[in-house]
Amino acid sequence: MALMSGSASSPVDKRDIVTLESVTKRFPGIVANDDIDLSIRPGEVHVLLGENGAGKSTLIGMLSGLQQPDEGRILVDGKPTQITSPRNALALGIGTVFQHMMLVPTLTVAENLLLGGPWWQTPKTEELAARVAEITSSLGITLKLSAKVSELSLGEQQQVEILRAMLRNSRLLILDESTSMLTPKGIDELGALMRRLVGQGLAVVFITHKLKEAVAFGDRISVLKLGKKVGEIPPERLRSLGEQEIIAEIVELMFGTQGADPEAATHPDHTASFAGAAPLLQVKDLAVAQTENAPGLSSISFDIRPGEILGIAGIDGNGQKQLAEALAGQRAVAGGSIWVDRTAIETLSVGARREIGLRYLTDDRLGEGTVGTFPVSINFFLKQVGAAPFWRNGVEQRGEIDARAAQLAREYDVRTPSLKTPVGRLSGGNIQKVLLARELAEGAKVVIFNKPTYGLDLANTLASRQRIRDTAARGLAVLLISTDLEELLSMCDRIAVIADGALVGTVDNVDDARTKVGRLMIGLAA
Amino acid sequence: MSIDTAPTVSATALDATSGAATRRAILHRLLMTLGPILIALIIAGCILLAVGVDPLAYYGYVLEKGLFSPLGIQQTLSRMAPLLFLAAGLIVAFRAGMWNLGGDGQFLLGAVAAAASAPVLIQFMPGWLALFCAFIIATIVAMIWSLVPALLRAYQGVNEIVTTLMMTFLGTSLANVLVKLVFRDPGTTVPQTRTLPVEDRLPRLFDTTITSGLVLGLITIIIVHLVMTRTAFGLKLRIVGANPRAAVHAGLNVSALTIAVFAISAGLAGLAGAVDIIGVQGNVRADWNPAYGLAVIPAVFLARMNGFAAIGFVFLLSVLSIGGESAARRLGVPNHFTLVLISIVLIVLALAEYVDHRYNQSRKA
Amino acid sequence: MSGLFSDVFLSALLFGAITAAIPLLLAGLGEQMSEKAGVLNIGIEGMMLAGAYLGFVGAFYSGSLWLGFLTGIAGGVAVALIMALLCVRIGLNQIVIGIALTLGVEGLTALLHHFQFSRSYPRLPAADATVIPLLSNIPVIGPAFFKHHMIVYLAVALVFVMSYIYRRTQLGLNLQAAGDKPAALDVAGIDVMKTRTIAVLTTGALAGLGGAYLANVGAGLFIPFITNGAGFLGIVLAMLARGRPVWVLVGALVFGVCLSLTTAMQVAGINMPTDIIQMLPFLAVMAMLVLFGRRASLPAALGIPYERGAR
Repeated sequence: MALMSGSASSPVDKRDIVTLESVTKRFPGIVANDDIDLSIRPGEVHVLLGENGAGKSTLIGMLSGLQQPDEGRILVDGKPTQITSPRNALALGIGTVFQHMMLVPTLTVAENLLLGGPWWQTPKTEELAARVAEITSSLGITLKLSAKVSELSLGEQQQVEILRAMLRNSRLLILDESTSMLTPKGIDELGALMRRLVGQGLAVVFITHKLKEAVAFGDRISVLKLGKKVGEIPPERLRSLGEQEIIAEIVELMFGTQGADPEAATHPDHTASFAGAAPLLQVKDLAVAQTENAPGLSSISFDIRPGEILGIAGIDGNGQKQLAEALAGQRAVAGGSIWVDRTAIETLSVGARREIGLRYLTDDRLGEGTVGTFPVSINFFLKQVGAAPFWRNGVEQRGEIDARAAQLAREYDVRTPSLKTPVGRLSGGNIQKVLLARELAEGAKVVIFNKPTYGLDLANTLASRQRIRDTAARGLAVLLISTDLEELLSMCDRIAVIADGALVGTVDNVDDARTKVGRLMIGLAA
Repeated sequence: MSIDTAPTVSATALDATSGAATRRAILHRLLMTLGPILIALIIAGCILLAVGVDPLAYYGYVLEKGLFSPLGIQQTLSRMAPLLFLAAGLIVAFRAGMWNLGGDGQFLLGAVAAAASAPVLIQFMPGWLALFCAFIIATIVAMIWSLVPALLRAYQGVNEIVTTLMMTFLGTSLANVLVKLVFRDPGTTVPQTRTLPVEDRLPRLFDTTITSGLVLGLITIIIVHLVMTRTAFGLKLRIVGANPRAAVHAGLNVSALTIAVFAISAGLAGLAGAVDIIGVQGNVRADWNPAYGLAVIPAVFLARMNGFAAIGFVFLLSVLSIGGESAARRLGVPNHFTLVLISIVLIVLALAEYVDHRYNQSRKA
Repeated sequence: MSGLFSDVFLSALLFGAITAAIPLLLAGLGEQMSEKAGVLNIGIEGMMLAGAYLGFVGAFYSGSLWLGFLTGIAGGVAVALIMALLCVRIGLNQIVIGIALTLGVEGLTALLHHFQFSRSYPRLPAADATVIPLLSNIPVIGPAFFKHHMIVYLAVALVFVMSYIYRRTQLGLNLQAAGDKPAALDVAGIDVMKTRTIAVLTTGALAGLGGAYLANVGAGLFIPFITNGAGFLGIVLAMLARGRPVWVLVGALVFGVCLSLTTAMQVAGINMPTDIIQMLPFLAVMAMLVLFGRRASLPAALGIPYERGAR
């Protein structure tokens, strides 16, 4: 019965919990899923691997009842079934942990787990506690039921979601990009948890765009590309091959023939010496007060010389965003000083800091980086509103704006139907290019990149990284904040680690940097 | 994904929109506006039928009195003057994403300020300067009245819908107190402010009874429209309205802009009051509250916050209200019916927009 | 001035305060539920007015106050149904539709009243009070608090029912999730639209009842625009109460005292235009907002229509 590698349509297997047969889903202008076959079996971690836009999320949407296929059919336990709503999916035993957390932050863990019962009932807290204890002990996790969800770490929130799926007697658990927000340790824990789940006879569908995770955790790997399934590696074959062989095979499926793992870290060239130059950015004892929903910062000190890339590593939510915002002037500083090219800027406004040459490329591209409903052209100049030559005496100069916007769009390869297109309609990669063009344009001295490749596909990731390297090569100081350790190792000259709002150590990016940074991140001395 | 594969734009692609497409878009817009209005008129007509009034006779009468009779059209055009100022103020606020629902209080206080100051000022300065000063005073009073909601929104994040509504209740009462206790004309028995003589009011246009406030209103709303769409200041306000977090990120001083929006919006509402008093009414009577502010809101929505379209809807509103007032006297249909009509137009238009949007989406798919 | 602090005066003042507070309480409790579920219900003024008019008509023709309350509830629900359809089902702008509904009901009730009663304003007989034995004999407090129409006690009891619903039932959890993270509710298998619709209709029912009480018991008659902003006050109370029904009660009572003071001072012959006294409750609210404004936090998804799968 073993299936051979390849995309041959799979006959319905009696052991399948869910089978997809020639499923196609279209959106305006896009075929998100094109003729996809998939079989999901108990006791197996089925990895769906693919880049952004490969159609993974759409596939999940159909399995979890958020969307319905346009063509083809879904079989549950061998019977053609329409999964009409999330409730319906749950009733069929399909539980989903979405990429974006689906918990109510203002409710407690227990209340979130109880959500969905008949409306007239009083929530059965004791019954819940007993069942949770049973499940958590078998899975080896601990959770405090009375804690508010907003107080939990992302990893803990994810455990709550998995627990919720278990409580509803899910036979199939779908994990959508579940590792993107986790620490290396958290990722390992999730991997172990998945093993225990399939050990109990569940089926797990694990969605990721990271090769290494796919290979490490998967029993069966299906590769998606541009909405099509381009290949499948069944368990027998996975077991028989070594890790490098599997990676090579998947890379070939995803990118065509290409020798090596494109994600492999390559150490940057360290020939340049920065010792002689005066720092372009100097931060001394920077402190930021803690707020209701953000950690504070305490005594942050570092400096960056021209041409240097300093990385900030750390688990998400340890003050990275606050650091970037404090430097950019978006967040009030409680103490300390910031110099750009020997000018003290800590009391200046956002605009004045930009004027001096400090640029901040935000990670929240649509939330704060752009105005989604405004045309691409205006979004290039969002931080220069009123400045000549685009505005004269406060009056918009449309010709100047359009000409410069067209030039920037060409230079930065922004692909848009028109400059008048609302920027929110572009893909994440193209929005990022708009931001890059805006921040790197003339006058930049110090550039802060906050998670510059988060959520981008490989091509755009590589392009963004090249932009950052070019920026440093032009003699600018670069602060690169990222939760992706590989990215930092492949780009930075030095890497500082942030934990609980403080820098716990700085490491030169040489051979043993990975171990040192890793130890610092989990709270050990380097 | 499809967008990713689209060709990179070139500068020449920008002016590719053909004239025919633009004309089609305008025609579509016109159809999408007039169609729903017609439907709304039919629904409202059914209500009239239900209470035993012949809708055709009613509409005919409203049109005749509000639009086709020489006196009616002059009244209608005069009525537009304050409404245009109010609409201009709302356009600024709504485009900046701030729901100033306190127009009536700001309007009345502006009116009282103008009514109190103009007759006094006129005694020791040239007429034009006195009126100008009265306008300024009315504007400032209304601006001050918006300060509390503005500060609360800018620095405390308190929802302005509630605060402006409260301030409008307060303002209405305060205006009455001022008329009855402070600025009461000792020469009359009914509580009202001193009356500005007709010859000292804003001049009328040519040989008509139309106030020149109409011209001021038209100029104001067009300036506001151009400022909002063509200037850096207007763009800043629109950024604040469309994405406040992007405004912070871009280094805009959101608090200052918020206060500016309230000041402009309220100032224009105060001017509306002043124009109505100095141009048409001449004084403020106690308990006078035409409630233009709430009535103009739908007109601005219907115009999608576009100044030129707002002129059209304000005209329509004026016809309905002047005609409706005549109809109340002659046909015994209370002029509150105008409210019903406006409400139905607004709902039908919102529905039509939704259906149109849905249709477009399904066609693209 | 002599009568100002007499027992009789004081209990009349407090009695009036309760009477004035009940419509606000009902409106505030109603609005609170909508807001909890993520719907900013600006149309509540219209719902109240519809309740006032239909409640009055029902009571006037049937002669039964209770039937009047029922028709009042029906009136509020009818307006809420339009709101739910337009704003919850198809996601039109809640503020635009809310204002449109309020304007529409204002006009329609004035119109209908005109054609039904012309310029006469018929009165209902005074509502008979349910006297609570023993408690009503306490001096001052007794006549002030324990000689009201039955609906008053029910309204106060409703505060605790609401508290119970929010804290102890699945419905309470669902409502909060619908306001704070509707997508989470959806994937938990609960229909967000349905939850929000229930909330909006409940708001309509409570606002309608409040309006009917205002017309039938508070005033004893209907005049156009009788609610005069009571619904908007309900919105303010709901925002200040941050999802806690008990605070709506407290706020409504503060307002009630201010409103009652207005009448009481006129009766006591204090020479002040009524406008100044009418300003008191609004000044009180503004003061509360200035003092506690920061605390008036609102659900994350308030005012945002839910669309499945939209990000």
